[in-house]
Amino acid sequence: MKVGVITFPGSNCDSDVVDCLQRVGGFEVGRLWHKESPDLSSFKLIVLPGGFSYGDYLRCGAMASCSPIMDKVKAFASQGGLVLGICNGFQILCESGLLPGALARNLNLNFICTDVSVQIEASDNPWTLKTEKHQLLSLPIAHGEGRYIIDDQGYEELLKNSQILMTYRNNPNGSTHNIAGICNRNKNVFGLMPHPERASDLRSRDGLKIWDSLKTYLGIQS
Amino acid sequence: MKARIHVFYKDSVFDPQGNTVGESLKKMGFHKVKNVRIGRVIDLEVDYSTKEEAKKDVIRMCEKLLANPVIESFRPEILD
Repeated sequence: MKVGVITFPGSNCDSDVVDCLQRVGGFEVGRLWHKESPDLSSFKLIVLPGGFSYGDYLRCGAMASCSPIMDKVKAFASQGGLVLGICNGFQILCESGLLPGALARNLNLNFICTDVSVQIEASDNPWTLKTEKHQLLSLPIAHGEGRYIIDDQGYEELLKNSQILMTYRNNPNGSTHNIAGICNRNKNVFGLMPHPERASDLRSRDGLKIWDSLKTYLGIQS
Repeated sequence: MKARIHVFYKDSVFDPQGNTVGESLKKMGFHKVKNVRIGRVIDLEVDYSTKEEAKKDVIRMCEKLLANPVIESFRPEILD
């Protein structure tokens, strides 16, 4: 049961994600370089980790969305493969059109690095299967451009299809409707600003809910 | 031939940077400042035979990469 973790130039949470998935999650992990164009068919999940891909040139995630591997990721997602984007990975997924909306500069212009309380909004999907609606999780965020923006029509679509998976209890960055994480219509692509891999071990273990959900969904014994 | 593109957050997207700078200008006494928007300028050296041809492609470049149409608007100019 293989998970692929992509490294872009400037990714800096890739090793954290690999370590977390292997040691805590018990997944078999393969590392992927953004310039590769590999066959992803042996993978069950592809993770785009956090960081500052391409130094945030132009817009966060914009350059990475043009990396050769992204064509493969798009094809993988269109066939129903699970794709997870954390922080900068979320920005890349929005920039590449795999998720709706976009992420803009935090309202207070600060880079915000803190624990936040997020509320689960839906659990009928592979990502939050092992949580309950309205359950609260404590997860860390660390971003300068995490203000999720979507127009009214897009928001209605998200609501209608239960695509909003997490909202902030105390909106730290000005995100539209407090949105912290969304999935695509088919629910196989998930992007979130908080870092579950940083809350899976010693300090907070709420991030484990995401990995447990995935293991249950993929039929891996915990 | 040179192309210059101005990219801004759309009017519907709050620009915290522009807002902060606007507030500072007002504090300095420039009370006639009503609104500030901060964007970026991208200059391209291009090789097209006509301005029309250049503009058509530059718009495509903006739509595909240089601007994010979800949150940004862009204004391309073709200079001599």
